[in-house]
Amino acid sequence: MNKSVEDIVGEVIPILRKFTKPDAEVTGDSHLMRDLDLDSVKVMELMMELEDHFDISIPLNALPDVNSVAELASEIAKLKSP
Amino acid sequence: MSLLSRLQSFSDKHAISENTSVTPLSAVTNELYSPTEGDINGKRSILLGTNNYLGLTFDDACAEAGKKAIDKYGTGTTGSRLANGSYSQHKSLEDDLAEFYGVNHAIVFSTGYTANLGMISALVGRGDTIMLDEHCHASIYDGCNLSGADIIHFRHNNAADLEKRLKRLGDKISNTLIITEGIYSMLGDRGNLKDICEVKQRYDALLMVDEAHSLGVLGDTGRGLGQESGVEDQIDFITGTFSKSLAGIGGFCVSQHSQLEVIRYTSRPYIFTASPSPATIATTKEALKIIAQRPELREQLWRNATQLYTGLEGLGYELSPEISPVIAVNASTQENAMSMWTQLFDQGIYVNMVLPPATPGSRCLLRCSLSAAHTSEQIDHVIEGFSNLKERSMLQKKIA
Repeated sequence: MNKSVEDIVGEVIPILRKFTKPDAEVTGDSHLMRDLDLDSVKVMELMMELEDHFDISIPLNALPDVNSVAELASEIAKLKSP
Repeated sequence: MSLLSRLQSFSDKHAISENTSVTPLSAVTNELYSPTEGDINGKRSILLGTNNYLGLTFDDACAEAGKKAIDKYGTGTTGSRLANGSYSQHKSLEDDLAEFYGVNHAIVFSTGYTANLGMISALVGRGDTIMLDEHCHASIYDGCNLSGADIIHFRHNNAADLEKRLKRLGDKISNTLIITEGIYSMLGDRGNLKDICEVKQRYDALLMVDEAHSLGVLGDTGRGLGQESGVEDQIDFITGTFSKSLAGIGGFCVSQHSQLEVIRYTSRPYIFTASPSPATIATTKEALKIIAQRPELREQLWRNATQLYTGLEGLGYELSPEISPVIAVNASTQENAMSMWTQLFDQGIYVNMVLPPATPGSRCLLRCSLSAAHTSEQIDHVIEGFSNLKERSMLQKKIA
């Protein structure tokens, strides 16, 4: 069964927390770079962790359209769908 | 934010200013006394920030060949080879490179950057996939972006991670290009080419290896990591640069695949750039001969690398993972890196300061590049310079 975007947001947040400041508030609306202060290197490392967690490949060229956690989850949902 | 205020914001964040203190961005070389020593901003300095691995920038035969080429062909070609045609010396250097690598095909580009940009963007396109080592150079990333292919990176030097990601591709695997490097430029470590070639063979993907920092440095005749690892026949495309061991400027790709020749008609960075100048081609031809004929330069380079690495290790610095002509010292923070760089400069030592996002794992590094032309006394002076840094005591761990 395909996971919903909300479900995926719930799985992404704990992984994302490894890369944010401990006190950062992370929600689906959080902007990865602006709100969570992730630089490009951290974003790359995050993507590799998410690829392994969801067993997918996230092409780096898909990322320019991804700004928020929810958009990232939506991209993962798209990549996971058959 | 307006375009100019965006630039200003970058300038403010990175403390770029036009003040009078010397920084890596404002340092100007006024005069060179040798391949390893020069006047930078009025200060006599040992050069440890070049990639002059074999010390050939002042080689008599190379310099003479360059002068003769200017007399014969002039200072520049003033156009691209597709539009203006090739000079016989362009073809001759390509023949030399093919012979040096023992393959049938070679293309010369105007820089190492355009070699990677030109090869990657012409080899793959939309719908294809690139698997690249996460520590690959910016020129490779830029080539990947220009290509329009899907870009997926794998963990540095981790063949098992590459295999896992290749498996995920399913049917798309047939249009996949794997990209790695010989020696990685930031930490000076070798690529894990043997294991990567095994994976590559199992999945029948194409493999491109950038030997920019390993040409002239590794292998019995200096061909690079592919030669040292005994896997050259499994590498589909080798790219490299003339601006390091070959002491000029330019780039190349060699391959056993006859299709390499088609790149001349499909690679925009090849087509829309002026071809290398006659002097550049002539000096590179001479330097290539020296790489093959004088292994003692390589041996001296590795002795120098060992002397500096063991010296810095003895001081307790966190260093890059292996002895290499590129040795990175972990400065931990940008403030430390800037301070250490300035203290070294004041002691007549010029190193590279490299900062995120150019560095793996967001490290702040002082990168030292050795040359066969460095003397043991110069290296001792560099070690002494590092021993005097006030940050020394707080920098103790090894770079993972």
